[in-house]
Amino acid sequence: MSRETVVNFILAALLLAVPLLANAVGQPFYITLATRIAILALAATGLNLALGLGGLVSFGHAAFFGIGGYAAGILATHGFSGEPLVFGLSGTNQMLVIWIVAAVTAGLAGLAIGAISLRTSGVYFIMITLAFAQMVYYFAVSWPAYGGEDGLSILVRNQFPGVSTMRPLSFFLICYVVLLAAIGLFALIRASRFGSALQAARQNPVRVATVGIRPFRIRLTAFAISAMMTALAGALFADLNRFVSPSMLSWHMSGELIVLIILGGTGRLFGPLAGAALYVIIEYALGGITERWQFFLGLILLGVVLFARGGLLGFIAGKARHG
Amino acid sequence: MVEPVLQISDLVKSFGALRATDGVTLDLHPGEIHALIGPNGAGKSTLIHQICGTVRQDSGTIRFAGQDIGGLGVAERAQRGLGRTFQVSSLAPEFSALRNVMLAVQAKQGSSFRFFKPAMLDRSLTEPAMTVLDRVGLAERARIPASELSHGERRQLEIAIALALGSRAFLLDEPMAGMGPEGSKTLTRFLDRLRQEAPILLVEHDMDAVFALADRISVLVYGRIIATGTVEDIRRDPAVRSAYLGDHD
Ligand SMILES: Nc1ncnc2c1ncn2[C@@H]1O[C@H](COP(=O)(O)OP(=O)(O)OP(=O)(O)O)[C@@H](O)[C@H]1O
Ligand SMILES: [Mg+2]
Repeated sequence: MSRETVVNFILAALLLAVPLLANAVGQPFYITLATRIAILALAATGLNLALGLGGLVSFGHAAFFGIGGYAAGILATHGFSGEPLVFGLSGTNQMLVIWIVAAVTAGLAGLAIGAISLRTSGVYFIMITLAFAQMVYYFAVSWPAYGGEDGLSILVRNQFPGVSTMRPLSFFLICYVVLLAAIGLFALIRASRFGSALQAARQNPVRVATVGIRPFRIRLTAFAISAMMTALAGALFADLNRFVSPSMLSWHMSGELIVLIILGGTGRLFGPLAGAALYVIIEYALGGITERWQFFLGLILLGVVLFARGGLLGFIAGKARHG
Repeated sequence: MVEPVLQISDLVKSFGALRATDGVTLDLHPGEIHALIGPNGAGKSTLIHQICGTVRQDSGTIRFAGQDIGGLGVAERAQRGLGRTFQVSSLAPEFSALRNVMLAVQAKQGSSFRFFKPAMLDRSLTEPAMTVLDRVGLAERARIPASELSHGERRQLEIAIALALGSRAFLLDEPMAGMGPEGSKTLTRFLDRLRQEAPILLVEHDMDAVFALADRISVLVYGRIIATGTVEDIRRDPAVRSAYLGDHD
């Protein structure tokens, strides 16, 4: 077993242990903190597929995160009020249905945004993805039916068969299992033929085209899968807070996801989790002391970029190896 | 006469005021090695780029295997069987030699949209890839990342990738460059046998290799072909001697 694998196991075990312990001693706040870590890690794992494997620095993934959040919020609202949604379809309070709607909607949005953005690269790609996300953001702000600027509350957390989702630990476990499943999927994709083509397209797109594979199609597919995963996280995030607002769609959110990945280790399997844990812990630990905790986050980020390019995981587990 | 595999007619490409390709007509027959020589900056690489599609010609036609491919993208031309190597090695640097070749194998199988099966455990990829690595003498270096291979080994890896594609024509841009005398000799013997698999358009500065291998030679100077013929024709051609070979023998 490689050193990185050991570190990964420890991270996964810690993320599970903390809420279990917190539950035992009656400290639900720490369960919420761990849930937040799990959900942010899930969102960043989605982005990691595009950014880490494909080298696609999307500065617009908040759009997908928010689409997931609004899917949960809107479906729940209609499920609660009984008013039909569209085409006579009703809302729902079932997470499984919400997740599917969130993922499919974001997947389609990802295809549309990707189809245009992926014709560019570098700074242009960053700017176009940002522009699309801003469009979605302003759309949400100016859409009074679902709260506009004020956002939308979810009165009762959505349901999952056989689980009492209002219990913090149960809801954490749902998020934890989804996160592990997403990381597993990420690992499978990374090792697959598709993953080979995607990673090669990041390293050298001309090489990929020269063997007869069009980088565009590979990247577009990855972008859509990435959007779906991040949207799933958005749906869970809405359920965690029982609230969605345009802030989920803002460019700060997009930036935060990129920061999580860089902190943890770009392209690493558990990089997003390491990054999300570090981020939330810094936010919690320093946020209690100073309003300017983000200044210190900036310093840490600077340190990582300058001295530990592999992020936290690269620092602990060494250089990444590919087959 | 058999139809040429590759036929280029009246190809023109300008970069600003510079005519890098100035009305080039050239063909490649089955089973032959056609060497393209010429001084630095003559436009040899630019010509290869246009054949592969990485650079788009201003005018002229490129026919390959009986079809006009001049409007196709790089990937489509590769799918039709144009295999190339780059003057400056162009590989996926983080991937091992093996995984670089496996990418070509999966491309040839037309199966890059498989998401779940680990590629490194897929023998339908690893076995053909190991076979070609063995052919170019890189089997023992299969697990080394391309970025850690020596310059010469990277050149060999490029050839392995072109082989794995099962190409119907090879376009090799200075495969001997920086190889060292031993490496050049080995590669010369290798290319000599390779022409039976598919014809080769060979850009090369190493004249020993060119004279040993070429069935025909074309000489490119300032974007124009000033002579085409057998090794003997070219050696004797006065224009070539003054423009390129120099009168030193
Ligand atoms: N993308 C480009 N933009 C502008 N000029 C270019 C470009 N590519 C090549 N050139 C110019 O075109 C001319 C031909 O270049 P090319 O690389 O084809 O020469 P070459 O025959 O391959 O030379 P060498 O033997 O040094 O490899 C050169 O003058 C070069 O500077
Ligand atoms: Mg050249």
